[in-house]
Amino acid sequence: MAALTRSIFPSVRLLSRAVVQGISSRGYADEMSFTFAAANQVFYHNKNVKQIDVPSFSGAFGILPKHVPTLAVLKPGVVTVYEIDGGKQDIFVSSGTVTINEDSSVQILAEEAQPVQNLDASAAREVLQQAQSEFASASSDVAKAEAAIAIEVGEALVKATS
Amino acid sequence: MSTVKMISLRVKSMKNIQKIVKTMKVVSAAKYAKAKKDLLVARPYGTSTKVFYDKLDLKDPQEQTLLIAITSDRGLCGALHKNVSTKIKEEFAKRPENSKIVCVGEKSRGLLQGQYGKSFLGVADQIGRKPPTFLDASRISNILFTTPYKYTSGKIIFNESKSVVSYLTSVVSVFTLRTLNAAPGLRVYDSLDDDLLQSYLEFSVTSLVFYALKEAAASEQSSRVNAMDQASKTAGNMISELTMVLNKTRQAAITTELIEIISGATAAKKDSGV
Repeated sequence: MAALTRSIFPSVRLLSRAVVQGISSRGYADEMSFTFAAANQVFYHNKNVKQIDVPSFSGAFGILPKHVPTLAVLKPGVVTVYEIDGGKQDIFVSSGTVTINEDSSVQILAEEAQPVQNLDASAAREVLQQAQSEFASASSDVAKAEAAIAIEVGEALVKATS
Repeated sequence: MSTVKMISLRVKSMKNIQKIVKTMKVVSAAKYAKAKKDLLVARPYGTSTKVFYDKLDLKDPQEQTLLIAITSDRGLCGALHKNVSTKIKEEFAKRPENSKIVCVGEKSRGLLQGQYGKSFLGVADQIGRKPPTFLDASRISNILFTTPYKYTSGKIIFNESKSVVSYLTSVVSVFTLRTLNAAPGLRVYDSLDDDLLQSYLEFSVTSLVFYALKEAAASEQSSRVNAMDQASKTAGNMISELTMVLNKTRQAAITTELIEIISGATAAKKDSGV
């Protein structure tokens, strides 16, 4: 029985993918032209995806095709991309911007981004501790603000890895 | 007439120069390979940053302008830096009273200081030794955002790498909050406030500077490869020319010596009266 399901399963999946693609290619506006680039890596370039969840300073939100055009500034956290074929990718970002344009094209630009599975939990805790000690020893306002940002990134890192 | 010794010294030094130039070529070829790899990442980054500004259809209010010259600290790479400063001069000439210049890299400073030193807003050096990072870009954009000079639009002038053998001196525009708010295209975007726009602007300007730095780094290395290639060819030509001269001079010296000996011997024969 198990063998039977196994043999059927791929064809079912293949079928569903074909259906999804059929639907999405019907109208241009239902597609997203999604670009996700960071200074160190390009994740998506003009790709069509289902949905993107982003953390921003005006609150976390999800982006679907035909989202109202807006701008947002990324907060340290995890961007989740739901791909057309059902795959899901979690990517950690330190900071950056989100642009949603009228023609459903979406650009996420991050200063630094890494897939969450590449992050190490203990290293993340170390980053946070270091940032906290820097904050405690910071003398000037600028140094304090910089350390506070580092703490924010550290906390987001720890949260993402746990 | 130069002696054999002098010429052989010159040949030797030319050979040394050729060796150095060849090594430099190999080093920059390796650096170019890396810069090109970096550029593959930075290019989609830069072009997608530009998308938003292209869609806005911004009008340059033609008031105060800021010109940003992207060069590096290193020379020996053809007319690359010179092209950037020529473009800066052209742009400056359009509105000489309302333009200020930010130099990135010692080379542009050196080329522009004499004539435009008074219009300098800032100079960012230590560029070009290592591949540019996002931190370098934020250091430069920090100058752009902390300056008391109230500019309405800025122009980043840099060399865009086209291929191994060619580059194009291009311009990317950056804007300020005031210009952005005046753009009619901005009304389409939902839930914006000045704080958000300012942060957005700061980040995207830094991204554009970063992109320009990467392009400039790649074109600089490729241009250096070509310059060094040319230099080693020239050195090769000079070596073969000098070697010819050297052989001629040496043979002439030998011939003279022989003539001296022979004529001496002939004279001695005559004297003995045989």
